[in-house]
Order: sequence, then C-alpha cells, then structure tokens
Amino acid sequence: MSEGVIKTEGLTKVFNKHLTAVDHVDFSVKQGEIFGFLGPNGAGKTTTINMLITILKPTEGKASVLDFDIAKQDDEVRNVIGVVPQEYTADEDLTGLENVLLCADLYGIPRSIAKERATDLLKLVELTDFKDKKVQTFSGGMRRRLELACGLINRPKVLFLDEPTLGLDVQTRTATWNYIRKLKKEYGMTLFMTTHYLEEADALCDRVAIIDHGKIVVIGAPQELKHSLGGDVITLGIREDDDVSELIRKVEHVKDAKRENGSYRIKAEYGEITAPFIIEALRKKGYTVTKLSLTEPTLNEVYLEYTGKSLRDAEESREAFAAQRMTMRRARQ
Amino acid sequence: MSELNGNSRSKLHGLWALTNRELKKWYKAPVIFLLSIIQPVLWMGLLGKAMNIGAIFSGGTFTMPSLTPSLTPSQLQQLGSYFAGLQTSILQGAFNTTDYFSFMAVGMISFTALFTTMFSGMSVVWDRRLGFLNKVLSTPVSRATIVFSKVLSATLRSMFQAGLIILVAIAFGLQFGIGFNPVYVLGVFAIMFLICVGLSSIFIAITIRSTRIETPMAVVNLINLPLMFASNAFFPTKFMPDWLQTIAKVNPLTYTTDAVRQLLIFSTDWTQLALDFTYVGIFAVVAATIGIVLSWRFLSK
Repeated sequence: MSEGVIKTEGLTKVFNKHLTAVDHVDFSVKQGEIFGFLGPNGAGKTTTINMLITILKPTEGKASVLDFDIAKQDDEVRNVIGVVPQEYTADEDLTGLENVLLCADLYGIPRSIAKERATDLLKLVELTDFKDKKVQTFSGGMRRRLELACGLINRPKVLFLDEPTLGLDVQTRTATWNYIRKLKKEYGMTLFMTTHYLEEADALCDRVAIIDHGKIVVIGAPQELKHSLGGDVITLGIREDDDVSELIRKVEHVKDAKRENGSYRIKAEYGEITAPFIIEALRKKGYTVTKLSLTEPTLNEVYLEYTGKSLRDAEESREAFAAQRMTMRRARQ
Repeated sequence: MSELNGNSRSKLHGLWALTNRELKKWYKAPVIFLLSIIQPVLWMGLLGKAMNIGAIFSGGTFTMPSLTPSLTPSQLQQLGSYFAGLQTSILQGAFNTTDYFSFMAVGMISFTALFTTMFSGMSVVWDRRLGFLNKVLSTPVSRATIVFSKVLSATLRSMFQAGLIILVAIAFGLQFGIGFNPVYVLGVFAIMFLICVGLSSIFIAITIRSTRIETPMAVVNLINLPLMFASNAFFPTKFMPDWLQTIAKVNPLTYTTDAVRQLLIFSTDWTQLALDFTYVGIFAVVAATIGIVLSWRFLSK
C-alpha cells in the first residue's frame, strides 16, 4: 500500500451545475495521523467529507481511502471507515445500547460479537451506566460520545469526524478531545476531522488544511503554519529614551523591530530563544529592559493571513445554526 | 456495486434492523400504539354506523300516512313485505351484500393501507433532516435496503391494523359471505402486502428528495381523500359518473377492496379475485421498481 491512507486528486463537487462547493482539492493523509480540515461555514468541509465517506459522488477528480476508489469501490470504502456525523443521529426512542447495536447491524456484525464490542465501546466513552436509558434523556456531550461509539463499531481503520465538538460546552469539548487522542494512541487509527474551532485544530491535529471557497489555501502542521507567518512577536520596553531598534535588528533571528509608543514591537523566529539574546545585547550597551512579553502567533492569525477573514463571525452563525437544529430535533417529540 | 456480494446475509440483517427501528417507534410507544388501534375502531364506528344505508329502507322511513286509511291490513302487510324485499334486493344489487356495514368495514381496510403508507414518506424526510439517512448511507447497507426497510415497516404496520379491523368488524357484526373459510384471511393479508408495498414505494419516491416536512404533508393532504373516494371503498363504482368510474377503474385501491370483499363478504368470484390480485400485483411490482430506482438514483447522487 502506498503512503497515503486518504488521497485526493483534483476532487471537485459542483451542485446544480454552477455552485462549486469543492474545487480541485488535492491532499494526502498519512497513516496514523489526525488530519484537520479547517474553514468557515460553506467552505466545502462537509461536502469533502461526504464525498470521502461515499454519500456524495464527486463531479470531477479522484479520491481513495486505503487505496479503494471512493466512486468505484464504495462498498469496500464503507466497510473500512467509521463516521461520526455532525448531527446527533442516534435514535431518541432507543436506548444507548440499542443504538450501538443498530449500527452494528448496519455493518452486518453478528449479534454475539456486536454485544461484546458495544459493551467495550460504551465503556470507552464512559456511557456504561446509561446504556439502558433512552437517548432522549442524554445530554449533548453524551450524545456525541454515543455517536463516537457507533462510529467505532466496525473497528474502522479510518475515522471521519464532522465537527466533533459542534455545540458542546468547553468542558465537554475538552473531554471529547481526550477521547479522540485516546483513539489515535490506542488504536493507531487515522482520523480525518473537520472543524471551525481553531483551538481544536491546534490542540488535536497533526496537520491541518485550511479550506476556503472550496479550495485548499494551505496545508501543514499547526506549528509549521504559525512559523510561516514569520515567527513570534516580542514586545519590549527600556528605561532609556534612545531609539534602539537598529541595535535590536542586528540580533540573530530578529526579522524586524519597530518603535511604537515608547516600546518596541519585534518580529522574531523562535521568540523564546531570541528574547534572552536581545536583552543581553541591550545590556551590553548599558540599556535596562523594563518589560518584555512574548506572543506566539495563533492559528487564527494563520487563518487570517490565508483567507483574509476571521473565523469568529462564521463561528457565531454556526452556533446559531446548531441551536436551531436542536430546537427542530426537540420539535419532533 | 454488487460485485461485493459475499456478505448478502448481513445485508438482509441490515434490512431487518432498519425495519425494526421504524416499528419500535410504534410498538414501544404505548400512546402511539394505542391510538393506532383506536383509530380504525373510531372510523368504523363513525363511518360504518353513521352511514347506515340499510336503515333507509327499513321500517320508520316509510310511514305513508295518506295511503294508510284506504288500504286493508292485509294489503298493508303485503306492501310492507314488498318493501322489505325491495331493501334486500336493492342492497344486494348495489353492494353485493345486504349489510352496508360489512361492505364499508372492508373499505376501511384499504383506507388504513392508504393512510399508513402515506406517512412512510414522512419518516424519510425526518431521517434526512436529522442526519440519520446520511449515517446509514455511509455504512455498507445497500441503498435499496434503506428504501425497502421503510416500505416494509409501513406494510407490516398496516397489515397488523388490517387484522385488527377484521377482528373489530366481527365484533360489530360483520357478515361473512357464503362459503367463507378462515384461510381466506391469509388472502387478505397477501393483497394488503401487495398494495402497501406499491403505495409506500410511490410515496417514498415522491418525498425522498424533499428536505421539508411540509412537502409530504401537502402530498398526503392533496391525494388521500380523492384517491379514497375515487374507489369502491365506501360506495360501488357503478353508480358513479363515467369520468369518476374511469378513475376508479385504474385506482388500485378499487381492486384491493374488491379482493378483500370477494374473500370476506361476497360469495367468492374466483375469476374476479384473480384479476384483482393480478392488477394489484403488477401495481406493486411496477411501483416498487420505480420507487427503488428513483430513490437509488437520488441516494447515490
């Protein structure tokens, strides 16, 4: 088997002949990594994931999962993947265990094996005590964990997570991250996830692809991407009134230094290593450093740099959407 | 798609799992289950006993006050028995049975088939909106299985209700035809199976593309009663105007109702019964094919 677990070549999806949701996307996901798709609403994240999990047919281009072509060998693909959808798809009227067993039936797993696996999985997501309770009574976090258990029932080699923490509170979100990390560590599973939470991509993903208007704008490890922005920002103040920016610029790894309102804004690579050298250089010339702070660029800045807009606005509308979905779900009862 | 069919047993398993999921919503919810039992009883009580056509011809309705003094008691008795005979022969002529309640109770069976299957489209829309459909689509369950599980659950539900209607109708005084054999009830279930498979396939095909719950609602509201009354379910087609008769003649509900009547309350006409089964059978096969092909195409978009 060649190196990429998931590979795409010019993957494209056009809806209604003119709405291009995904536009010639190329990427490759390595064995055992967590690969994140990051982008705002309508960027094409879910469309991409839906093509990879074989529920949408690509308009153009190719993609494969474990070397199975998603268009021609869709049944093979479905057998080796697990899917944790964006929505809470568990059946409200069934219990937690019944839901997991229903998923097992969909994969044709014999009942005896299914029961064993379901018990293990419910333990993994800490729902053992609630397995005989109807899903109606579950909280958002519990539902999400149940979805995770369902997605793992066929022992997938690749797990797809579409917005795994959408609409969850901060604690539950962190707990969900821990489950995801545990999966990667214990099962050596390859994970493909979409998210619009930058901190989530930063905390979980080995590599991220930033997608905007259906196109991938950049792919790389979160650290790498942050570095590509030109490093960290050091803000520094000295007691003396002299302009020392020229002096600072001479320090190794310093890219730029500007005097702003009496303090200096310095762009430097490896800020935590460079900062002591700056202090040393200034002290040698008799200057006294009075304050210093170091800011590492966040993925948000990377995002801003590449898409030209902040994710925050998109996030808000997404939350509203999730809330509406919840209301609708309740309305069913 | 079908070259990987080494796992066919498991695919059938998926069919039952999905069907059972639908059915559980019904039999595990006591209120819904109870209502679905009460509903046919109510309808039968209301329609069957309210529209008591037989009563029009019996005593009470004909008092003939102006004639009474000029007739002798024996003439009056003759007239009375003449009208009684008239009632029987009119009912026999019109409905093929002397008991309108029996005629209409059987109509109720088709009525239930229509109503239960109509709502099968609704659950497809829900599954789509709640993301369940997408989840199932990402598993190795065949597309046809997904559609057929909906068809099957609606079919099983209405077959159960049909059985119930027969029991209730017997309690209310259903008059079986001459030569009725309890085995014929199996025939009723067979025709119910066929019509339900056909009808729910059509309704699913209509609604599978829609993401709004209003669409199947509108479809249901538009066609349920016209389809019901343009059939012989409550009234014989032979008294309808020609254009309505034409509609009734192609309406598969007409054939279903007739088949059930042939089996339960008429003196069975086997040729007619064979025709009914053939017509409904062809309808079921054609509708199921259309439904599954359309849904398949849409689901693997």
